[in-house]
Amino acid sequence: MTLPTTTIPGGAASTTPRRSSEDSRGAALPTSRRSDRHRWGTTVLLILGALTVILPFYVTISMAFKTGEQAVEGEAFALPAPFSVEGFSTAWALTDFPRAFTISILITLATVIGTILLSAMASYAISRNWEKKAYRWAFYYLLAAMFLPFPVLALSQVKLTGMVELANPLGVALLHIMFQISFSTLLFTAFLRSLPAELEESARMDGASTAGAFWRIVFPLMAPMSATVGIFAFLKSWNDFMMPSLIIADPSLQTLPVIQEIFQTQFSNNYHVSFASYLMAMAPAILAYVISQRWVLSGLTQGAVK
Amino acid sequence: MTTATTTPRTADAPTGVTTRSRPAPRHKPRADRVYLWFLLPTLVLFTLSITMPAVMGIFYSFTDSVGFGEFNFVGLNNYLVMFSDPAILSSYGFTIGVALCTVILVNVVALTLAIGLTSKIRAKTALRTIFVMPMVVSGIIIAFVFQFIFANTVPAAAQALQLGVLEESILADPDLAWISIVLVTAWQAVPQAMLIYIAGLMTVPRDVYEASAIDGASAWKQLRSITLPLISGFVLINVIIGFKDFLGTYEIIVGLTDGGPGTSTRSVAMTIFSGFDNGDYAYQMANSTIFFLITLTIALIQLRLTRGNARI
Repeated sequence: MTLPTTTIPGGAASTTPRRSSEDSRGAALPTSRRSDRHRWGTTVLLILGALTVILPFYVTISMAFKTGEQAVEGEAFALPAPFSVEGFSTAWALTDFPRAFTISILITLATVIGTILLSAMASYAISRNWEKKAYRWAFYYLLAAMFLPFPVLALSQVKLTGMVELANPLGVALLHIMFQISFSTLLFTAFLRSLPAELEESARMDGASTAGAFWRIVFPLMAPMSATVGIFAFLKSWNDFMMPSLIIADPSLQTLPVIQEIFQTQFSNNYHVSFASYLMAMAPAILAYVISQRWVLSGLTQGAVK
Repeated sequence: MTTATTTPRTADAPTGVTTRSRPAPRHKPRADRVYLWFLLPTLVLFTLSITMPAVMGIFYSFTDSVGFGEFNFVGLNNYLVMFSDPAILSSYGFTIGVALCTVILVNVVALTLAIGLTSKIRAKTALRTIFVMPMVVSGIIIAFVFQFIFANTVPAAAQALQLGVLEESILADPDLAWISIVLVTAWQAVPQAMLIYIAGLMTVPRDVYEASAIDGASAWKQLRSITLPLISGFVLINVIIGFKDFLGTYEIIVGLTDGGPGTSTRSVAMTIFSGFDNGDYAYQMANSTIFFLITLTIALIQLRLTRGNARI
């Protein structure tokens, strides 16, 4: 609710396009154009634009609740006529949903916790020793991976994880953490720079160790940024397809997105089943986003403006 | 327990600790070690899982390894072969072309939405929530959903409306399949660019617009002469980040066309992933290395150009 833009200059920035859109419709009302008026033309256009986002989700949901016969007709926009949950129960069994779900959740949780802890600690060490060359270089070293695309590393990582017995969900979680480190460390160090060092120093005066000051004073203060970092780690890890599909050797330990492939190969005409399955795989990410969207948006814009 | 100087905890070792002065320097070395322990696990894991594979990959690109067993050094041979391999060249052509189209589409749409969403509109929070949603769903699953839409829904609708070209699925047409990839990639990438533009628009002071409005500037003129110059740093960031991301696209292609029809939509990343199946591991490592160099060049240009501009 405290999204920056709802209160800040945005209103002015946007006079531009909507005016042009009204002009092009020849329905301009030059005299009533006040910046404190709601711009209904823009609102309507945006709602129409939002349909392009909503339609694929609508198709997914309506297909998922159809019966097999209705789904094959291919009328994607038709509402489910006899409302059916048969697709869900079939998908549940076909994908062994509980198992895939558990594996996905475990990988994602490990990624979120590992990312927050490791990069918070590393960022703290870096930002409090910024004047030392070694720490500064460590920062750039970690950051460099942002420019390293996964395909470049993929084959060697498959080889390596195979060699050290990490061709499993644990290995995927570890790699997810490491791919998140750059972005998270960037956000955390920016945040820590704005946090006055006096806070920890006074704690130290009172006898706390460096580690104690971090865990009891600094880490709790980092909570808002940890939330942002955690949400991004969650989404990245939960939605990832290529890494688990390449790294995890045992098909029965595969994650939810990878399992969806069976509907492209083995059960390609069971549309209602496949869409029910897609929906079940998407739902946790959408739910997490809707619950946390305040932090996602403000964390991003905050990081950008600072 | 060996914490700095003061505390009652060290009282049971009363070796005159309290009598000495306790300036910062005594405290430093110990604190340093703690900092090191905070950083070291990350550095070690990072080196093992990111740096080492990267170095290994470059090393193997100079060999004839098939991914396991023995191998010989072949010098630059893999690279030389690569540059005359039509399959590799066409995958680069396809990937770069799609990335360029996507960058343009994403930025036009994202900027338009950002301007709309920062203006005085109704249901702002709800609209924003909706427009960000594509960013949070899995690329592969979204690609599966769109695959159904392109293969079934669009042709069915086109037949009903007698639209000619669209009556056949564009996924099955080697000349048109790329359009579906651009559209779906853009669909998913717009939110990120849009959020960056929203942040950018917030940095533009509103009185500039009021002043120009008094001078009678048209809306289009305002966009071109005020908004765009003032947020040019953000445009640059979006273009370069976007281009880098879209070069590496694979999940959406896997889900939509899986490289087909034929090999018409095979991206560089997909070609690299195929390295294990065909036993040309070393060859694809050479491909990865070139791919990395291209990405790195773009990143360096980005650092160069954005220096001093808004930091993201």
